[in-house]
Amino acid sequence: MAETPTKPKFKLPSVAELKEGQIWKSIFRHKLDETPRNRSLAVLSNVFLHLHPAKINRDAVRYNYTWGMGGITFYLFLVLTITGVLLMFYYHPSKGQAYRDIMYIMHDVPFGNFTRNMHRWAAHSMIITTWLHMFRVFLTGSYKPPREFNWNIGVLLLLFTMLLSFTGYLLPDDQLGFWAVTVGTNMARATPVLGSEGPFGPQMGITAFNDVRFALLGGSIVDANALLRAYIWHCVAIPIIASVLMIVHFWRIRKDGAISGPAPVMIEQDLSGPVAKKA
Amino acid sequence: MDWHQLMIITTAPDNVPIVIMLFLMPFYTWYGLKQSFANDRLIEKLEADPELAKTHHRKTQPWVKGWDSTVHVWPYLLKIEFLAAIIVTLILVVWSIFLDAPLEEPANPNLTMNPSKAPWYFLGLQEMLVYFDPWIAGVVLPGIILGGLMAIPYIDVNPRGNGYYTYKQRKFSIWMFFIGFLVLWLVLIVVGTFIRGPGWMWFWPGETWDHHRIVHELNRNLHEFFGIKDSEVLKAAGFGATVVGAYFAVGGFACDRLFRKFAPEMVKKQNVAQYATTIALTVMMFGLPIKMLLRLGFTVKYVMVTPWFNI
Repeated sequence: MAETPTKPKFKLPSVAELKEGQIWKSIFRHKLDETPRNRSLAVLSNVFLHLHPAKINRDAVRYNYTWGMGGITFYLFLVLTITGVLLMFYYHPSKGQAYRDIMYIMHDVPFGNFTRNMHRWAAHSMIITTWLHMFRVFLTGSYKPPREFNWNIGVLLLLFTMLLSFTGYLLPDDQLGFWAVTVGTNMARATPVLGSEGPFGPQMGITAFNDVRFALLGGSIVDANALLRAYIWHCVAIPIIASVLMIVHFWRIRKDGAISGPAPVMIEQDLSGPVAKKA
Repeated sequence: MDWHQLMIITTAPDNVPIVIMLFLMPFYTWYGLKQSFANDRLIEKLEADPELAKTHHRKTQPWVKGWDSTVHVWPYLLKIEFLAAIIVTLILVVWSIFLDAPLEEPANPNLTMNPSKAPWYFLGLQEMLVYFDPWIAGVVLPGIILGGLMAIPYIDVNPRGNGYYTYKQRKFSIWMFFIGFLVLWLVLIVVGTFIRGPGWMWFWPGETWDHHRIVHELNRNLHEFFGIKDSEVLKAAGFGATVVGAYFAVGGFACDRLFRKFAPEMVKKQNVAQYATTIALTVMMFGLPIKMLLRLGFTVKYVMVTPWFNI
């Protein structure tokens, strides 16, 4: 009686064996041992990390130069996107329902109150970090050539950060948001030429029903249409615009040598005589 | 001293960020200036010793011969970014656990909030409404602020201080930015947050908000101080236009003199458009505190009154 060969017993592969397997290799395309080559590949072969170059100025990683504010601002944007999407699952941008949804989020949705709080405080923080980032960029003269245009993109991002925050203010449809947005959009009424109460507005045939404020609110009062418009601007339109600007902003940073590092100081002799050798 | 009133304003959840700012801004101003002065000392040293300048690595950060001038992003930068993300998340989590985002009563167009305040970061603009009509405070000035910020890289012709902290080499631009941002923008926000109470009236910190306080408006238009009545429309408008025109002319002339005296190199390097923009922005920026002074100190309402708009 010939013995049939027994099937080899299934054995769990070790991690080391897994790393030699097809699945692992299809995901991670470089080895993990700490060689300069692998360190570079870790950054270059990763779509998210390759916003960074493989190597940067050794002093740029010090906190005292950049204060990390630009990066933190972007991180806060990500936090806001995630918490914002979570909140969107429970929110209807319609008059009456909106306020009830906020109450629902605060009291019934698991971690709803926490998510809403985090969205609020991250938004406030993002304004602060944006200002501090600009403050740092100014103090280090980092808007000077060749980065002039990127400073301009940054100013636009500042504007859109504040507009994001402002449009979000109305969404709970409570007294706080309602009156803040009323005060804010009343100013739009006074836009020169394009506002119904602005200089030369009435003379141009502008009324409360065709001026800038009407376009912002979708009506002549802060009501259901305004809520919907604020919602679309807040959740869709401005994030898209801001994302496009961020792509340009980061791309430009990358092209100008990645996160800013302290440059060697210039002395007066550099400006007059031959440029001294820089270390 | 009404500590309770002060406490209510300071601990309003939406005011927490501006309270944080009150500590962060002085800290980072100090932090930036400290590094600026350190660099300035290094610059002085190198300028006095050109031989040293040829070999020096020209940074205040330590440097030892043989060190690489660059480091790998993985792990040296990424670990910091990761750490920063963790710390920010931690702060947000603690903040979100202990402090609830405010929610007022449902929106009610028939019940005006008093005071009705914008979010803190817009309170600077709202405070400007006291001094200017909405078309200036809400539309033109924000536009000029943004436009002015965008113009900065194109009018700052100083080649020094590109990419490092310095005060000595950029005194003019740093002073202008400090006045515009730290003094005007942030002080207006602080006034809007901590000082303004019901009816947007002035309540010193610690003063009880009196919802029934009545202030007799004594403000008059500038031309009334000079015996021109409001009814004399053309005369008043002409007078106002002259004053505004004179402000820009005298202000522009004064700026020109001062710039030539204190920033001669800038004047020499800028072309006409750059120079005109610098002067226009400076004159307009100082227009705000001057109008504030006229309004708060001398009860002047408008400088220029026309049937269509007032300044």
